[in-house]
Amino acid sequence: MIVTDVLDLVRNVSWRSLRVWQRNRDVYFVTWKTNLFPPLAEPILYLLAFGAGVGALVKEVQYRGEMIGYTAFIAPGLLATQVMFQAFFETTYNTFVRMHYQRTFDAIITTPLSLEDVMAGELLWGTTKGTIGCALMMVAISAFGLLHYPHALLILPFSVLAGLFFAGLGLCFTGMVPAIDSFNFPTFLFIMPMFLFSGTFFPLDVLPRWAQNIAWSLPLTHVANVIRELGLGRMPADLWWDLVYLVAATVPLWVLGIYLMKRRLVK
Amino acid sequence: MDENASCLPAFPSRTLAANAKRTMPPAVIEARGLTKRYGQLTAVDGVSFAIQAGECFGFLGPNGAGKTSTVKMIHCSSPVTAGDLEVFGMDVRREPRTIKARIGVCQQEDNLDPDFSVRKNLTVFARYFGIPATAAEERARELLEFMGLWERRDARIRELSGGLKRRLVIARALVNRPDLLILDEPTTGLDPQSRHQVWDRVRTLRRQGKTILLTTHYMDEAQTLCDRLVIMDHGTILVEGPPAELVRSRVGREVVEISGFPQALVGFVRERGWSFETDTDRLWIYTDTGEAVFTAIAREYALERCTVRTAGLEDLFLKLTGRELRE
Repeated sequence: MIVTDVLDLVRNVSWRSLRVWQRNRDVYFVTWKTNLFPPLAEPILYLLAFGAGVGALVKEVQYRGEMIGYTAFIAPGLLATQVMFQAFFETTYNTFVRMHYQRTFDAIITTPLSLEDVMAGELLWGTTKGTIGCALMMVAISAFGLLHYPHALLILPFSVLAGLFFAGLGLCFTGMVPAIDSFNFPTFLFIMPMFLFSGTFFPLDVLPRWAQNIAWSLPLTHVANVIRELGLGRMPADLWWDLVYLVAATVPLWVLGIYLMKRRLVK
Repeated sequence: MDENASCLPAFPSRTLAANAKRTMPPAVIEARGLTKRYGQLTAVDGVSFAIQAGECFGFLGPNGAGKTSTVKMIHCSSPVTAGDLEVFGMDVRREPRTIKARIGVCQQEDNLDPDFSVRKNLTVFARYFGIPATAAEERARELLEFMGLWERRDARIRELSGGLKRRLVIARALVNRPDLLILDEPTTGLDPQSRHQVWDRVRTLRRQGKTILLTTHYMDEAQTLCDRLVIMDHGTILVEGPPAELVRSRVGREVVEISGFPQALVGFVRERGWSFETDTDRLWIYTDTGEAVFTAIAREYALERCTVRTAGLEDLFLKLTGRELRE
C-alpha cells in the first residue's frame, strides 16, 4: 500500500513543476527590493557584532589543529545558516501563505499540473531561495576577504544540495501544522538549536564527547563543515561523508513532504 | 406490466437502445452512481447525470447539498470514492491532466495572485497550460477586453472590487480556450450590478456555444442562465430538467401567496385539495388556475394581502428542500 502510494506520488511529478518555480520566481522579481536586502545586510551585522565585539575577546580559535581568526571561522557558519533559513522559511511560512491564505495551489491544480508537480515546484523554489541567499551573502562576506577562491565557488553548487534538504524539511512541517503560528515549534525545537550548536559559532571540539555526537547528528553541522572547508580553501576527503549524509536524508524528506502535503490538501 | 415487458422480444429493444446511443451526441460529462465520502460523511450519494455539449447545466442546492464536491471531482481535484465519472469520454481517475487541459474552472474563493498585476495573473496562468508567452499576451488582451478589464490591466489585485476580481477569475478560467467552463457559485457575494455583468458575459459565452457547468443557490441566476438543471440535497439529485418545465410540472403555473392568513383558511384550502404550504404567517397555494383560486379565497375571506404571481424556481426549490435553515 505505502509502496504503491510512493510510486504514484513519484510518477505524478513532471517537468511541469518548473511552471510553479517560474511563478514563484516572477513574484520574487516583483518584490525584489525586499528580497535582496536581508541576505546582504545580515552578515554585515553579524560580522560586526561577532567580529568586532566577541572577536575582541576571542581573536583566534583552534580548529582542526590550527589557529584561525574568529571572523574567518564564523563567516562560513553564517553562510550555512543562511541556506537553512532561506530554504526552510520558504517552504514553511511562505508555502503556507500560498496554500492557506492565497489559495494559490487550489487554482494551479485545476490546470494540467498535478498536486505533486506543485509541491515539487515549491521545493525547487525553496532550494533556489537558499542558493540565492547564499550567493548574496558570499558577496558581502567576500568584501571582508574571508573566503578563499576558487574553492569557495564550490559553495554555490553545494548550497543547492543543502537547500534541497532544508526545503524538504520545511515542507514536511507545512504538511502537518494546524496553523501558521505552529511553525514556532519546529523553529525553536530544530532550527534555532541547529543555528547555535552546529559548529557555526564555535568549534565543536570544546563540547563534551556526548554533546559532540549529538551535534554531528544534526544536518546543519554537516552543511557548515563542508562550507567552512571550502571557504578556507580546502577539500579534505571526509567531506564525502557529509555529502552522503545529506543526500540520504534529502530523498526521503522530499517524498515525505509531498506525501504529507497531498494528505493535507486532497480531500 | 411485468408480463408485458417480458413479452417484448429482446433483440429489437437492444437495437433501439443502440440506435438511440448512436444518434445522441457524446456527453461532455457523464456520471453514473457517482459517490463522494469524507470519512463517515457521504457528501455525494450515487448521483447520475449527463451534460451535453453546448448546454448550460446548473447544480442547485442548499449549502452542503454536494454541489461543490461533485464539481471538484469533475475537475479532478478530489478523488472519486465510488461510481464512474467521465469527462470528454475520459475517466477522471486515469487521465486527469488531459481532462484538465480542456477545462476552465472558476472556483468559489478568489484565488488570484495578489503580487501580480491583472494582466500578469492571466499570462502566468496561461503558462501552466504550456501556452507560449506571445500567444499568452494576445489571449490576455482578448480576454481582458471581453470581460471589460483592459483599462485595469496594470492594476494590482488588491485594488480591484469584488466584482472585478470575479470577472478576472472568469477571464483566467478562459485562458486555455476550454471546451468546458465550470463556474462554482460565480456571483456569491457580488452586488446587483456586478451580478448582472457576470450573467451577461456568461450568456454571451453560452451563445457562442460553450458548454457551461454552473453551481448556484440563487434561483434567478439558475433561471436566467441554465438550459437544464438538477436540484440537489443531502448528496442526491431530487429533480432534473429545464427550469421552466420543472416548475410547471412540479409546482404549477401560478402561486397564490397570502400574508397574515386566518387559521380557518387552512381548512378551506385543504377541503378543496389544493397543494399548499405555510410558514408562521404566510400561506402559498400552488395551482394552474391562480385567478380562480384568488377569486374563491377573496369571496370567502376578503383578504388584503393576497397576491397571484407566476410560479418560479424558488417555489420549486423550497417545496423540494424544505424551509428549515441550513448550517
